[in-house]
Order: sequence, then C-alpha cells, then structure tokens
Amino acid sequence: MTATDHKAQEIVLRLDRITKRFGALTANDAISLTLARGEVIALLGENGAGKTTLMNILFGQYTADEGQVEVFGKPLPPGNPRAALAAGLGMVHQHFTLADNLTVLENIQLGTVPLWRAALGQAKARAKLAQLAADFGLGVDPDARVGSLTVGERQRVEILKALYRDARILILDEPTAVLTPQESDALFDTLRRAVAKGLSIIFISHKLHEVMALSSRVVVLRHGKLVGEVETAGTDRHALAAMMVGAEVTPPAVTPITPGPALLTLREVSTPSIGAAPGLNAVNLALRAGQITGLAGVSGNGQAALSDLISGLISPQSGSLEGVGRMRWSSRAAIAAGIARIPEDRHKTGTIADFSLTENAILETYTQAPYSRWGLMNWHAAEEQTRHLIETYDVRCPGPHGPIRQLSGGNMQKLILGRVLDAAPRIILANQPVRGLDIGAISYVHSQLLAARNAGAAVFLISEDLDEIMALSDVVHVISEGQLSPEFQRGEKTAAELGLWMAGQGFDRAA
Amino acid sequence: MLFDILLTASFWAAAVRIASPLIFATMGELICERAGVLNLGIEGIMVIGAFSGWMAVYLGMGLWGGVAVAMLAGMLFGLLHAMLTVPFGLSQHVVGLGVTLLATSTSYFVYRLILPEVTSPPKITPFQPLEIPYLVDIPLVGPALFAQTALTYAAFAVVVITAVTLYRTPLGLAIRAAGENPGAVAAQGLSVTGLRMGAVIVGSGLMAVGGAFLTLSAFSSFFFEMVNGRGWICIALVVFGAWRPGKALLGALLFAGFDALQIRLQQTPVGQVVPYQMFLMAPYILSILALILMSRRAQVPAALMQPFNKGER
Ligand SMILES: Nc1ncnc2c1ncn2[C@@H]1O[C@H](COP(=O)(O)OP(=O)(O)OP(=O)(O)O)[C@@H](O)[C@H]1O
Ligand SMILES: [Mg+2]
Repeated sequence: MTATDHKAQEIVLRLDRITKRFGALTANDAISLTLARGEVIALLGENGAGKTTLMNILFGQYTADEGQVEVFGKPLPPGNPRAALAAGLGMVHQHFTLADNLTVLENIQLGTVPLWRAALGQAKARAKLAQLAADFGLGVDPDARVGSLTVGERQRVEILKALYRDARILILDEPTAVLTPQESDALFDTLRRAVAKGLSIIFISHKLHEVMALSSRVVVLRHGKLVGEVETAGTDRHALAAMMVGAEVTPPAVTPITPGPALLTLREVSTPSIGAAPGLNAVNLALRAGQITGLAGVSGNGQAALSDLISGLISPQSGSLEGVGRMRWSSRAAIAAGIARIPEDRHKTGTIADFSLTENAILETYTQAPYSRWGLMNWHAAEEQTRHLIETYDVRCPGPHGPIRQLSGGNMQKLILGRVLDAAPRIILANQPVRGLDIGAISYVHSQLLAARNAGAAVFLISEDLDEIMALSDVVHVISEGQLSPEFQRGEKTAAELGLWMAGQGFDRAA
Repeated sequence: MLFDILLTASFWAAAVRIASPLIFATMGELICERAGVLNLGIEGIMVIGAFSGWMAVYLGMGLWGGVAVAMLAGMLFGLLHAMLTVPFGLSQHVVGLGVTLLATSTSYFVYRLILPEVTSPPKITPFQPLEIPYLVDIPLVGPALFAQTALTYAAFAVVVITAVTLYRTPLGLAIRAAGENPGAVAAQGLSVTGLRMGAVIVGSGLMAVGGAFLTLSAFSSFFFEMVNGRGWICIALVVFGAWRPGKALLGALLFAGFDALQIRLQQTPVGQVVPYQMFLMAPYILSILALILMSRRAQVPAALMQPFNKGER
C-alpha cells in the first residue's frame, strides 16, 4: 500500500511509549506503534527481544510500567484481558491456551456467555461456528476433544476462538512455529480472508519468507527497543535479517569430510504405532561419525517413533540396534551409549519449567562427578558449569538461579543446546533444533552442529524444513508413513525429488 | 442367605440412608477438584457441619435452620482453605490437613464450652421419614428411595444440580476449565481466583451439610469421632466416579451398600464364626478393588493442585 492511503485509513490500534521491566531487565523500552484497518504488521526480533511481552501487555496479561494502549480511539484499561477482548482484540498465544480435556466447542464458548446465564446456548454457537468455518476455511469438529487434535487443528481452534468473539484485531504470536508447511499455507489463506474482511493483524514470526509473503509492514525489535519500521514492498529478506540482528547473517559453510565408522546402526527395526502416529516399518539406518544424517518428511510420519527409539524412550518391537552396548534399551542406556538429545518439545521433555537454569543444565549428568559425589550434590560445580554454558552459548537470562520458564523460547533452546554439546557427545539427536529460534540463533545452532560433526560426532537431524535438511546434511533419508527411504548423498536428489518421496511416491518403486 | 438380605426392603433403605452424607460431601469435593483444588479439609468440615448443625437445633433453631448454620460454618472454613490455597498458592495438602485439624478441634472445643458438664450428649428430634405417596408402594425400590428424610431427597437433588451446572451452564464450563487449564480461563478474561474460591466455598458448604446429616437425620446426637473417616472415603469416591457426579453417586451407593450388607451379614451364621472386624473391613477392601478397576481410565482434571499466578510464565 502507498503512504497516502495509509493515512486515509482508520487507525485501529495505537501503542504509545510502552515500557515494561522485569527486575533489572527492560523487556520493552518506550515502544510506539500504530496499526491501520486491514493492515498486516509483522513483528520481528531476536529471541528475547520482547515481542511476546509487548503483545501480552496489549492483551492485558502483563501491565506496562509506562505508556498506554488505544484501541479504536479509546484508551484500553491496563492489565485487563476482558477489556481487551471487549475492545475487539483477539490473541493466539505462542503456547496454546486450550483445555485439552474439553471439547472444541467448550473451549470456544468459554467466557463468551455471561456466567450467570442458565444455559450455554450450544445450538446457536454451533451455527455461528459453522458460518466462521465456511467464511475463513477453518473446519474442525466442534465435538472433538482438543487433546485429540493435531497441532494444526488446535491452531485453528485458537483462531476460531478469537473470530467467534468478533475480534477486529488479531494478534498471532509465532503461529507457524509448530505447523507443517502445508498447515502454514492453510493458515495464511485464512489470514488473507480475514484481512479481506477488514480485520487487522499483528503477527510474530522468525520465518522471513512468511513475513515477506503476508505482511504489509515490518516492525523490528531489538533488546526491547523498536529499531526499524519498513514497508514490506520496499525491503528484502537480507535487509530484514540485518536489521534484526544488527549485522549481516551468512549461512555457515559446509566443508566435505570423509565420514568415519557407523556409531549407531538400526537393522530392520519396527515399532508399534501409537494412536494416530505411525510406528516404524523395517527401518535401516546408519549414523556415522563425522556425518550429519538428515531426516526429511512431513511431521507425523514416524519421526516421533524414530526419535523416541534413538533416545531410548521406546524399544524396538523387532529388529536390532547395534553399537549401543549390552544394556537393556532405555533412556539411561541411551545416555550411557553417548547419545545426546535435543528434544522436539523443549517445554515438555527438554526442561523442567520450575527448576532453575542450574538444575536444568545438569539434568542428564547430575549423577556424575563433579556434580555429585558419594550421593551428595555439589551445587557449586553445577553453578559453575551453568555460568559457563550461559557465557559460551549466549543464553540471555538474569542468571543461573531463576526458574527456566522465565526464559524466552529461544534462550531456553540455547541452554539445552549447551547442555548437549558441551559434553562432546558421540551421537547427537537433534529433533527440530531450531524451532522458534531467530535467524541469528539458527545460524548459530547450525554452525555448532557442524562443528560437532567436524569433531567426529554422528549427528542425526530431524526437520520439516527441507531447506535446512539440504543445507546441512551429508546424507538424507526421507520418512513417510513409518517407512524410511534409502540413503541419498548430498546433492543426489533435488528438492522437488525429495518432495515426491515425502509425499510417499518413491516407496512404491522401492518396495 | 445373601439373597434373603438383598431381597429385604430395609437393606436397601439402609444403603440409601448410609449413602446420603457421602453423597453431599462427595459432590462438595468433586466441585472443588473440578475447579483444580484438592480439599483435604473435608473430614474436619464434615465434623464442624455435624456439630454446628446439631448445636443450632439444640439451642432452639429449626432443623432447616440447623442445616443452614452447618452450611455457613462449612463455607467459613472453605473460605479459609480457599484464601490460603488460591490467592496465596500454598500447598493444598498442608492447608487441607490443617483445616481438618482446626475444624475438628474447634468443634470439640466449642462443644465443651457450651456443655462443660455433660457426659452423654443431649439428643434432638431429627428429620423424620417423608413417604412419597404411591411411589412408596413400588416393591423394594419404594421403601428404599421414597420413604427417606427430606435431607436424603436433597442429597439426590444436589447430584442433579451439580451435574446440570457443571455440564450445561456457562458457570460450570468455566469451573471445569479452571481445573483443566487456568491459563485458558484467564486468557478469556475470567477470574481464575474467583472461580476457584467460589467452588471451594460452595463445595465446603456441601461437605458440612453431609456432616450435618449425621446429627440431624441419622444419629440425632453429636459425639466425638462420629465422622470417622467418611471425608476420606469421599475423596476416594470422587476418584472412583472419575470426577463425574453421576458415577460418584453410584460409587457412594455401592460403598453404602457394602456397609449395610456387612452389618447384616454379622447377624447370620457366618457372622458367628468370622470375627466381626473382618466384616467391618469388607466395604473398604471392596472399595479399594473397585477403585483400582474403575479409575484406570479416569480423566483427572489436568490442573488439579496447580496454583495459578497471573502474569507469570
Ligand atoms: N514473567 C517474566 N519474568 C521475568 N522475565 C521475563 C518474564 N517474561 C519475559 N521475561 C523476559 O523478558 C525478555 C523478553 O521476553 P519475550 O518473551 O517477550 O521475548 P520474545 O521476543 O517473545 O522471544 P522469543 O522469540 O524467544 O519468543 C526475555 O529476556 C525474558 O526472559
Ligand atoms: Mg515470544
């Protein structure tokens, strides 16, 4: 859009010098911003830049220390989500706010009917929901339990929740971080329809191609300050990346090296399927020293089973694991075999939210010297190690003592990465290691994985991002419905050919 | 012999009578837990309900006045429990046991203050059975269900009201959501603190009425140790009922049925050989077995016992 019709348009949201401090840390520093009707603003910034904090202030979940918010020309009372909802704000949080044991309809109706009303009025709600589903392309079964839905469907429920309340301004905090590329496309389709109906959107993302595709304006935060504001049409990915981290970002160089012997071999391994998630079907895989093995595939095709198997959470039903010692296969055996894990879900399996950074840092090694001797913990050594990790891996945090849940997602991931890499493991299982990370952090994680590979570790990289797989992997497998493709050397297949395998096509011929 | 017992109307009537206090208190606990708060104050709140209801009637209030006083006393202790566990976020186990000890000893203390010299506690005139015309004539079921006291009918009404409220009203949805994911409730602009405190206070009121049933409908007098672990049984019944009012009602009836049965079995020839303690144990053992079988697939409220602080991640 041009500057003239920008002015002509109605301003729906105005942030005026918003400042928020957590102790010594200034998470938002005098941020001012306006949003026009029908406009899509992309909010960019490194992990911990203060994006989520700003949106939470807008939505009344945090109270700003200074500054104020105006919606449709009226000041918004601070610290009051109800007022924010009533003013027409709808928010999709970075972490879903859904009750798993309730149905979709119940989650959507929650808080929309006055509490003292005698009935829920479900028939009317269903009709409205069906209408929204048709208008915005958001089909979900209203009677399904939310816990049984896929991540993409849950995302749809979150958006439906906002639309059901007639939100005029949608705020989406990293909505695509956990979606498959297909689900992201469907989401963008929905958002475009919303904009066509006159809604305004602020969305946060670390994926620059999404920012370029969807937004009309880009706003960049760094260390809590607004450092740049550009029309999307007048910029490109490189310029945005530079604005975000304050320097040019270059992908790490990959130098070919000769791989060593296989450190872990799977022979004809099968595992049972769990619910809708397929198990493995006679999988052969060799993880070699000094090599990055990439696993491409649409999520939900057996990646979880393979990653659980390698991390020792499940045992093979048939087939064998070689190179892991004689212990009965368990996560302890996996740790003993030198397998270090970067888990897919850092909140559920990667960290313990209420534990301090120190406790989380030694989660896998606490039984070993120097962290414990004769059954007694040596917290001094543990804290020393944590400080070392914070320093080396650039974890932005107040210090080693606070609970880890206070960290931004990206910084939590950096601590996990440090925990894994610092022990110089033989085998590294990296499951979606850069999910939710900013581009600077992504390039950092990638260079660390490459460094580990150059030092002789076997790296197993699971990702849905084909570009990431193709850039880093020495050899690539594709997984589809629990079946593993043969091993492809770097450059052997094009992205399009791998895409066909991901859709399950090559397997018929191979079988 | 077992058959003979099962075919007598008085057995079924006894089972329903024994179940009544359990039903009130189980519904009370269920409401608390559905909102995410485990209320271990239940045992003491039943004692204070039994005592205060009885004392109110003894001091000249009507029977329903006694029920109201019991309910208010329960709600008062519920308020204490709720204040400590919800806004202050203290350990629900510690607070619950504390409330139980406080409520129990308060009852005993006030009892001694008001009746310093009495050795055997005075009796009151309890609720009388109310026969419902026509229905009472149905064989077996009639005398069991339709010749009970008003308080027993109220217990069944409470189950229906609880179920309808939880599953059919906006308030019930909000309460259940507060026990599943308080963050989701807060994000919809509702007050988790308000919902949880309200649930604990109302639930505690019901527990106290369950206690009052013992003095106002069953035994017509108050004595120490009269609640005798019924509160703890109700906690198990909530689990047994998988946090659903209807199933919890079934559990209460089942437990009461075993209890009524064991009393009668003691008087049979078998009772002459087997020590009576064995019979006393039976309902508990059977309940534990049933609990194991039933609770395998139970859906625990996901946020049960998790305090919620706004503005924290
Ligand atoms: N409740 C809190 N208590 C203490 N510190 C907090 C709290 N919430 C956020 N912070 C801190 O404020 C800073 C900004 O966090 P915020 O979540 O806004 O980052 P973000 O830009 O959303 O990052 P990401 O891209 O990783 O999601 C971080 O350093 C974080 O640790
Ligand atoms: Mg964030």
